[in-house]
Amino acid sequence: MTEGAIVSSFIPLFAILCPATASILILLSRKRPNVRESWTIIAGILQFSLIASMIPTILNEEVIKCIFFQTMFKGIAFGFKVDAFGLIFALTASFLWILVSFYSIGYMRSLHEHAQTRYYFCFAIAIFGAIGVAMSANLLTLFIFFEILTVSTYPLVIHEQSKEAISAGHKYFAYLLTAGVFLLFAIMMTYYLTGTTDFTGGGIKALSELSSAYKLTLVILFFCFLLGFMKAAWMPFHSWLPTAMIAPTPVSALLHAVAVVKAGVFGIVRIVCYIYGVDLMTSLGLGLALACIAGFTMIVANLFAIAQDNLKRRLAYSTINQLSYIILGAALLSPKGIEGAMIHIPFHGFMKITLFLCAGAIMVVTGKKNISEMAGVGKQMPVTMLAFTITAFGMCGIPPACGFISKWFLCLGTLQAEEIIFLFVLLIASLLDVVYFFPIIHTAFFKRPEGGVEEVEVKEAPLFMLIPLSLTAIFSVIFFLDFILRLNIISMYFYKIVEIAVGNVIPIP
Amino acid sequence: MVRLFFAEHYPVLVIVVSLFSAFTILIAGWVNKKNCFPISLATIFVQLMMALFLLHRVITSGTIHYWLGGWAPPWGIEYVIDAFNAYVLVIVLFICLLTAIYSKRSIEKEQPRKIVPFYVIFQLLVTGLCGITVTGDIFNLYVFLEIASLAAYALIAVAGGRALKASYNYVIMGSIGACFYLLGVGFLYAVTGSLNMADLSYLLPPLYGNKVVQAAFVFFVVGMSIKMALFPLHIWQPDAYTYAPSAVTVIIAAAMSKVSIYAFIRVLFSVFTTKFIQIYVPIDAAISWIAAIAIIVGSLIAIMQTNLKRMLAYSSVSQVGYIVLGVGLYSTQWGLHGALIHILNHAMTKGCLFLAAGAIIYRSGLWNIRDFEGLGKKMPYTCAAFTLAALSMIGVPPSVGFITKLCLLLASLEAVEYGFVAVILASTLLNLVYFWRVIDRMYFVHNEGENEIKKDEAPVSMVFPALILGSLCIIAGILWLAGAKTPLLPMVNQAVNALLGTGVVAAP
Repeated sequence: MTEGAIVSSFIPLFAILCPATASILILLSRKRPNVRESWTIIAGILQFSLIASMIPTILNEEVIKCIFFQTMFKGIAFGFKVDAFGLIFALTASFLWILVSFYSIGYMRSLHEHAQTRYYFCFAIAIFGAIGVAMSANLLTLFIFFEILTVSTYPLVIHEQSKEAISAGHKYFAYLLTAGVFLLFAIMMTYYLTGTTDFTGGGIKALSELSSAYKLTLVILFFCFLLGFMKAAWMPFHSWLPTAMIAPTPVSALLHAVAVVKAGVFGIVRIVCYIYGVDLMTSLGLGLALACIAGFTMIVANLFAIAQDNLKRRLAYSTINQLSYIILGAALLSPKGIEGAMIHIPFHGFMKITLFLCAGAIMVVTGKKNISEMAGVGKQMPVTMLAFTITAFGMCGIPPACGFISKWFLCLGTLQAEEIIFLFVLLIASLLDVVYFFPIIHTAFFKRPEGGVEEVEVKEAPLFMLIPLSLTAIFSVIFFLDFILRLNIISMYFYKIVEIAVGNVIPIP
Repeated sequence: MVRLFFAEHYPVLVIVVSLFSAFTILIAGWVNKKNCFPISLATIFVQLMMALFLLHRVITSGTIHYWLGGWAPPWGIEYVIDAFNAYVLVIVLFICLLTAIYSKRSIEKEQPRKIVPFYVIFQLLVTGLCGITVTGDIFNLYVFLEIASLAAYALIAVAGGRALKASYNYVIMGSIGACFYLLGVGFLYAVTGSLNMADLSYLLPPLYGNKVVQAAFVFFVVGMSIKMALFPLHIWQPDAYTYAPSAVTVIIAAAMSKVSIYAFIRVLFSVFTTKFIQIYVPIDAAISWIAAIAIIVGSLIAIMQTNLKRMLAYSSVSQVGYIVLGVGLYSTQWGLHGALIHILNHAMTKGCLFLAAGAIIYRSGLWNIRDFEGLGKKMPYTCAAFTLAALSMIGVPPSVGFITKLCLLLASLEAVEYGFVAVILASTLLNLVYFWRVIDRMYFVHNEGENEIKKDEAPVSMVFPALILGSLCIIAGILWLAGAKTPLLPMVNQAVNALLGTGVVAAP
């Protein structure tokens, strides 16, 4: 449970300035679409390289700190601290942003969407918020970026500006800003109780040293935190996520499968491992409570998913389910469980984004949104559907995609925590994953389109869209091969970083 | 030498310059009504410079005492400027300056025949506001309060029509408030024979048990509550804000209400003391709860409004509640801080919102929120300013509203009043409901002819002040958060310490 040596550096600041600067440049060059989009791409690549440049330091078991100023509240500084866990999230979000930016160009131009400047502007701000959440040094900083993330995604959700979209946006706000209120309360309460809100590996000491009279307060506080992280879409507070699927597909892909929802689970893991700490969680019995919520969500979300016909909505329920895998992993409070949780954040990101990008590609090419209409799509768009199939396998925990690995760790985690019942929950949930993913694949490849027997022409989405989705699918496979064959390609670092992160929060037996 | 000579007299010059300017405007206006605006603008600018100088001096070398005409207090009138006065003075004059810039085009369109009277009374209002702020004498404060109030009654009535009724209501309510205040002054004078604040705070403690003193205190509180439109004594306020000319609304909502609150806090803590409130008339719990109700009820009524200015007026009722809640929680570390911080925050946000509302009315004549569709394209800068301020009202970080919320939350937690915690958090969501409705209409709600909307922005002199305040809402939020490194928080620290009589006042 040791935190590495602290290195001061301004790299986190530069990294976060990339999307912020880009957002301004996007506004300024609104008249020239090509220039506008190139800002996004440049910022994305620059940001990813900056964040990637922090990898060696983190692998060295050091922590990068970048404090801007002490705030008006004694003991709270505003600033960034990049540790192994934060880096995982930051790497995932910033890398996927580049790919999704390319995809967005293809998608938005193919559909001749309106208000594209607003779209790219808000997208950049949302990434600004997400990366800020990843690198925050304490709860208050996290909260600030959390709210920026919420507000900036609203214009993306209601992009269509139809009545339905607006009411979806209102629902989105009603859930997430109410959550923000709870989070703010919880943060201030933590500060009031302990005088600090810094993320500390193994939990804040002052919190675990509170007298037993505070036991109930701590339990209530924990649930306030949970309510605050409604972005993690745990049941029964999940229904904003399927509703938000009315947004353009790249938004659903990056924000509602990676950035926003991951920020939620990221927050929950932060609370469990870095604020409460494993020991306090165990002694308060909160681990089990959280695991029950997660287990419930996993099963019920999958049952809901089976009932959906709209592909994006089905994927949304699948996201709800997969997020709870991460929560469950953290709730198990065992090293393997936490490792599984942390590793599932990037892996699920890569897989789910592929699925969404495929859904978007299908929509752009064929205009089909519902699964029941997708007969024969597999023949029409073989590459897209191949990527879809591979990652859908991954979602169910079947090789050759990386979903298998995180599930493997999670299962080990349940055994290590000696919670056999959650092993079964995990397995049942995985089985249900199969139940709702395979019909899609079956329909796409093996069902004949109704009425027509004519030869289907191969017609793929524009390259701007096809390449990103192939890349994410390929990466999902590489992560898997890397682990199984010990190839030591670049992605091997992922496992190392995760191990360091786990080492920061829990003593490895 | 000359500069130093004047500098010594800045406390009184701030008022005298303004008063003489009012009459100069009258005469110059007779000659040519175009002269009014530059004179008024120049005067307020000079005043603001003086105020900044005073603020600087107070912070570096401590409280300034100025004896009017060289008469020593308690016989003569004394002007006392400490960190709190100077802070409020700068805020008020800054808002006045922006309003003056704004008023040129606004008044030319809304009241083209009344330009001269407008500027004369406007300058008198500024005089009154500055006077209330700098004086250290409770009767002198009453005099300036009346100058400011009478000017405000007249300015509201300038619009004619329904504004007459609004103004009349305000006259009645305002006069009652002023009478209450005067009764308080009279009672204290009867008991102590003094009108000087510092002298009173020295003479009063042995008399705290005296029923007359206690009655005087209650008169003060009720009188000032009417003036600052604290729920449920706010009934004059929505009409006055709604029907007054745009520029007048800005100055009344952003500057005048702050000055009333200043007087309230001043009487509470400088004439009386925390000890008196704690032991003899424990009103802190009462005003906190009244404030909490004001926060919720103000927001709820605001949700029901369709008229933008009226909605903002009710929002002000709720925001005054924030400040008073902070005052009520003065015994906690962050309570009074929250109140003082919110004085600046609310002046900026509400100023910006009313400036934007006025600009919208100026250009498009729209006042009903339902008609705002597509306004974001038509008036992008005005709407941007409005959005920034609205986000700040909701309390989205890192805006100023967020800072207030943090302070008040911490104060409520420290006082172990979870009711207030719930109120502050709930009000965030209520604010969201009524402000987001406007933003939605401006930017997102679809309307048919969207592509044909042409940019048709209000004049620069009206948009510019709104944009300044709008961006300040965010910048000041970060400055507050940065705490000790920026000048803002130490200033408030000094003011709070002086008010509560804690800590070392005026550290160099």
